[in-house]
Amino acid sequence: MLKFIIKRVLMVIPVMIGVSIIVFSLMRVFSPDPAPIVLGQHATQEAITTWRMANGLDKPVVVQYLTYLWGALQGDLGVSYFSKASVAKEIGARFPATIELAIAAIIFASIFGILLGVVAAVKKNSIFDAAGSLIALVGVSIPIFWLGILLIMFFSGFLHLLPSGGRINVLLEPARVTGFYMVDAVIAGDWAALKDALLHLVLPSLALGMYSMAIITRMTRSSMLESLGQEYVRTARAKGLREIKVVGKHALRNSLIPVTTVIGLQFGALLGGALLTESVFSWPGIGKFTVDSILKSDFPVVQGIVLLVALIFVTVNLVADLVYAYLDPRIKYASKKEG
Amino acid sequence: MTGVPPGEPMTVTAGPAGTAAACAAEARGVAEPPPKGGHGEAGLLLQVRGLSTDFAMKKGTVHAVIDVSFSVREGEVLAIVGESGSGKSVAALSVLGLLQPPGRCVAGEVLYKGRDLLKLPKGEMRDIRGNHISMIFQEPMTSLNPVFTIEDQLTESIRLHLKLDRRAAVKRAVEMLRLVGIPSPEKRIKDYPHQMSGGMRQRVMTAMALSCDPDLLIADEPTTALDVTIQAQILALISDLRDKIGMAVILITHDLGVVAETADRVIVMYCGQVVEEATTEQLFERPLHPYTLGLLRSIPTMEDTEATEPLYMIRGMVPNPLHLPRGCAFAPRCDRRRARCAAEQPALIEVEGRKLRCFLFEPGCNQAATALSPESAQAGGAVRRADSEVAP
Ligand SMILES: Nc1ncnc2c1ncn2[C@@H]1O[C@H](COP(=O)(O)OP(=O)(O)OP(=O)(O)O)[C@@H](O)[C@H]1O
Ligand code: SF4
Ligand SMILES: [Mg+2]
Repeated sequence: MLKFIIKRVLMVIPVMIGVSIIVFSLMRVFSPDPAPIVLGQHATQEAITTWRMANGLDKPVVVQYLTYLWGALQGDLGVSYFSKASVAKEIGARFPATIELAIAAIIFASIFGILLGVVAAVKKNSIFDAAGSLIALVGVSIPIFWLGILLIMFFSGFLHLLPSGGRINVLLEPARVTGFYMVDAVIAGDWAALKDALLHLVLPSLALGMYSMAIITRMTRSSMLESLGQEYVRTARAKGLREIKVVGKHALRNSLIPVTTVIGLQFGALLGGALLTESVFSWPGIGKFTVDSILKSDFPVVQGIVLLVALIFVTVNLVADLVYAYLDPRIKYASKKEG
Repeated sequence: MTGVPPGEPMTVTAGPAGTAAACAAEARGVAEPPPKGGHGEAGLLLQVRGLSTDFAMKKGTVHAVIDVSFSVREGEVLAIVGESGSGKSVAALSVLGLLQPPGRCVAGEVLYKGRDLLKLPKGEMRDIRGNHISMIFQEPMTSLNPVFTIEDQLTESIRLHLKLDRRAAVKRAVEMLRLVGIPSPEKRIKDYPHQMSGGMRQRVMTAMALSCDPDLLIADEPTTALDVTIQAQILALISDLRDKIGMAVILITHDLGVVAETADRVIVMYCGQVVEEATTEQLFERPLHPYTLGLLRSIPTMEDTEATEPLYMIRGMVPNPLHLPRGCAFAPRCDRRRARCAAEQPALIEVEGRKLRCFLFEPGCNQAATALSPESAQAGGAVRRADSEVAP
């Protein structure tokens, strides 16, 4: 097991180097020169040259990259061209909001997706199955921003139940420790803040998680149907077990194996979807910041964000694989034999 | 074992073992009902009456089990034989209420100690399953859940039915594994199914089925998927445990050698119907139904392996279950078919303390008289004689 983890962690290195090379070259090929944007249109040629030298942009690209890589390895991602603040700090200020949203969305998607999928499979061809299929169909076809606007109109505009945007009532913002309001509120013991942050999370995570939920529902339904037809399920029934245990233990555990992979992939996809969701719900996350930074050619910031997202993606997939190995003992065995 | 008909079943393992089994059967007094046990009439444990099971498919309804009746006495081994698709497994699953849609019992009753299992509330049925009646399935490789340890799967029913705590359940599970001959069971119990061979898995399934001391074990071809030596071991194990625990067994198989060795009584199924029921001795000494005869004649014998003559095979194929013949289901393949056979369904009738579904044995039918006449102890001969009479 340990060997498997080490192997997977080591594989992260080439992936990250590859990603960094790609984003580094793309930015330099396709983005406009940042100097005039930073210094303004009327900046003198001299000022521009000085700025470029100060930021190392006068050196050959390969040297630039190696310098960047060396810094990155030591945890220094550079400073933003505009705010002059360190990239780590800039990202750190916004990223927890996005991650919090993505986690809430994937939790929502997983719980309801698995639940709907299981019910649809167990009650195959019933009204529940039909309802599940309908929800799944709507879920994959409805665009996030449209769903977001609908949700806002109904739950905050019409019912006045939930806030229409933002992360928290500013007056309630808990003292910043991790940047995750859920965690910070709990640390501060501030239940009012926790409740308010949760209420703010409901609609955006619903909008963001809907697509993933639909995918997870479909996957769960089909893998559950497969497990339910297996002989070991019949064995479980022949033992005299209750149906809830037959389904919830013997069939579900097997069905979750492929579902974990899907959940892992969906989490990666959610980070992309977060961009749209954030703009609909004025969520102060990384999404808008990324777009702005690209438009402004803020190289260090864009590079930092891309690397971070890649790192998260790889990590989530590693975790999904570990969960997969945990759920399926045959995998564990194979890796043991190899090692 | 003298006077065995030409189509006698003494196969590979048969010789002395078969004789021993027959003697054992006699010793247990199979011919008459055993003395009255604690429950039900005359020690009757299970009584299946007029059981019919259908599968409603898009293309039509498959009548997988048609009006099947049989009973099992306490401590008795009843074999169910028949070709693939004859409804053996479906009948067994119906008894335990394990059919999944589109399968459905449409008629009949399954009386276990006098209670109809088909009408039992779900909760009470769960108490029967695995506790009073347990089952070993046909597929050892897939009948265990791949993601749980043997311990987990084995203790589940022990804890449920015997109400033991985890510790005691594990202890019992280890004992059961030892009983079925798994070496170092304390260690193997931590294994996952994929870490075991097919034979070991079937032993685990057997341990599981026996773990709550059932009164009745249904073993559905417990050995078909396994190689010959392991087959023999598992069967010996079941017989052995039957003697030790005193449980009754329904042994489903299409291996007549196995039947000769282990069973007290046999029912022969064809296309969902019982076509013959007899004691093992009766059946092997004088098979009466043309289908049974065909089955027996298609077993290789010691002499056959050296002979150049090809092995007998029942001609034709099992009919499509969606389109069963109107008359006797065996008619298209029967050597002794008569005009009436294709038009009418023969009923199951009692003949000399055995049951038969064939017009030849209906009272007043002279063929039956010939076949049953005392001088025709060699049924094969009798049938052939009858044949020549019927031939147009
Ligand atoms: N799930 C199912 N759906 C539809 N038909 C089925 C199903 N299971 C069994 N049948 C039908 O029931 C009939 C009897 O099948 P069954 O499995 O009982 O045969 P069997 O005697 O056990 O054969 P084998 O020796 O191959 O195990 C078959 O003709 C088959 O077409
Ligand atoms: S009823 Fe007719 S066809 Fe059927 S087994 Fe008897 S003789 Fe053969
Ligand atoms: Mg079968």
